[in-house]
Amino acid sequence: MTANTGRWIGRTYLGLVLVFLYLPIAIMILMAFNRSALYELPFTFDTVWFEALAKNDRLLTASFNSVVIAAVNAVIATTIGTLAALGLARYSFRGKRLLQILLFPPITIPWLIIGTSMLVFFFWTGIGRGLHAILLGHVALSLPYVIVVVGARLASFGPQLEEAAATLGATPWQTLWRVTVPILAPGIMAAALFAFAVSFDQFVISYFLASPGTSTLPVEIYTSIRKGFTPEINAISSIIILVSMGLMMLVVRHFRFGGER
Amino acid sequence: MDATGRRRWAIAGLTGPAYLWLALTVFLPLSAMFYFSFLTAAPIGGRESAFTLEHYIDFFTKSVYWFNARRSLELGVHVTLICILIGYPAALVLAKQISGRWREALFLLIILPFWSNALVRTFSWTMVLRGDGLIGRMINPLLPAGWEFDLLFTYPAIVIGLVHAYLPYAILTIYISLQAIDDSFIEAARSLGASRLKAFRRITLPLSIPGVLAGIFLIFVPVIGSFMEPRILGGKNAIMLGPIIENQFVTAFNWPLGSALSFIMLGIVLLVLAIASPVLRRHLSVG
Repeated sequence: MTANTGRWIGRTYLGLVLVFLYLPIAIMILMAFNRSALYELPFTFDTVWFEALAKNDRLLTASFNSVVIAAVNAVIATTIGTLAALGLARYSFRGKRLLQILLFPPITIPWLIIGTSMLVFFFWTGIGRGLHAILLGHVALSLPYVIVVVGARLASFGPQLEEAAATLGATPWQTLWRVTVPILAPGIMAAALFAFAVSFDQFVISYFLASPGTSTLPVEIYTSIRKGFTPEINAISSIIILVSMGLMMLVVRHFRFGGER
Repeated sequence: MDATGRRRWAIAGLTGPAYLWLALTVFLPLSAMFYFSFLTAAPIGGRESAFTLEHYIDFFTKSVYWFNARRSLELGVHVTLICILIGYPAALVLAKQISGRWREALFLLIILPFWSNALVRTFSWTMVLRGDGLIGRMINPLLPAGWEFDLLFTYPAIVIGLVHAYLPYAILTIYISLQAIDDSFIEAARSLGASRLKAFRRITLPLSIPGVLAGIFLIFVPVIGSFMEPRILGGKNAIMLGPIIENQFVTAFNWPLGSALSFIMLGIVLLVLAIASPVLRRHLSVG
């Protein structure tokens, strides 16, 4: 086998993997523009499902809820997550290792377990279900990501700059705002977008914490799928997938995942 | 205030809010659920409840739960295995054959679906797998009598959906470890007369094991805990631990039983982690 054939086989294989990854998404978007609700062929272009979507109040309200929760979640999670990252990166203290380990359970324990335990606890303590409960849950899921992303940025420059500012007479508050935060800005920005995406795409936790009547978009979609099919779901799903992929493109522009630099 | 006092306040002030939040929304709820799993009824709305081991005993004595747990484990093994088998060559091509801007673009294309909405991606498979979907309508007329393409609501449909969901994870973790391998090792082996295959088997493969293990762990755990994918793609075939737990909380309202099953699932996850951790530690410290 020559190097060329090998390369050709490799590229074809990668191409097939990409087809597998994008095929269902492409078909879904295509079907969102098909006039028939029952996937009938031939394909006839029509925006009828998008028009139906524009009149579907349940889905529109749920979309609004999703966007608001994702935005508020991004603000809260980024703020308190950045503070925690600063505390973990710039101080060494007893129990720090434990605090770092405690970031793993929220991301590694299956969401099903986290979600149901929140349901049990919130119901029991009177916090209840609803949008506020969903927000509480989303921030918890976003925090570990924010702390890791901002922490990685913090680790890329030492405390020397901050020490220099302090030596030159800056108060801790001035040092934070004039030195640390500007350098951290790209990391904070990426973390905020990431937190937005985590919340916007979150289904499992929201599903258990939604109260009847108020829910987020993924919960509403799941209910519609289980109850029986409505083709507007195709339209809104196509919009969601494009929004969430677009968001991740933004994140990647700000912060490289995958370790290549 | 002296320096140590100020330092202590700074640490508490910086880390406090985040960890209080996590305590309220993750650690206290998990403890509450553990407590619930030993009760006869959920102590909500003034209901009487007493301590019991019944739910845990049920799991170990009633075959229906064993059966479901076994199905969950099988699903976890199947999905993880397929992800690694498909993902490894893809990561290899990406890391060793493609370079520069192309590599960056392809890498992004592969991980992008992973960060998009999981529910919507699962839903999109229903359109591909159903008999009257786009592919079914094209293929079915061509198939010989007695054959029909209609995979929706079958076990393979669940596997396909989950492989689609977690394949990018496998490629990502394996790619990262492959990328870290210094090409000069492989060149040295080749110039010393090792065949391409031998160089791969003796150098590339062992050095990439940490990535494979990370992938296995990152895929196996969420697959064991999945319930939405089996429900949407498996229909009546969603006979697994995840959907049963969902049932206890959403339709059956048997919270103590659901809590016990959740902790058994958590136990299975921790057990897998415990078994894997010596291997993981050995490989991750080398890599």
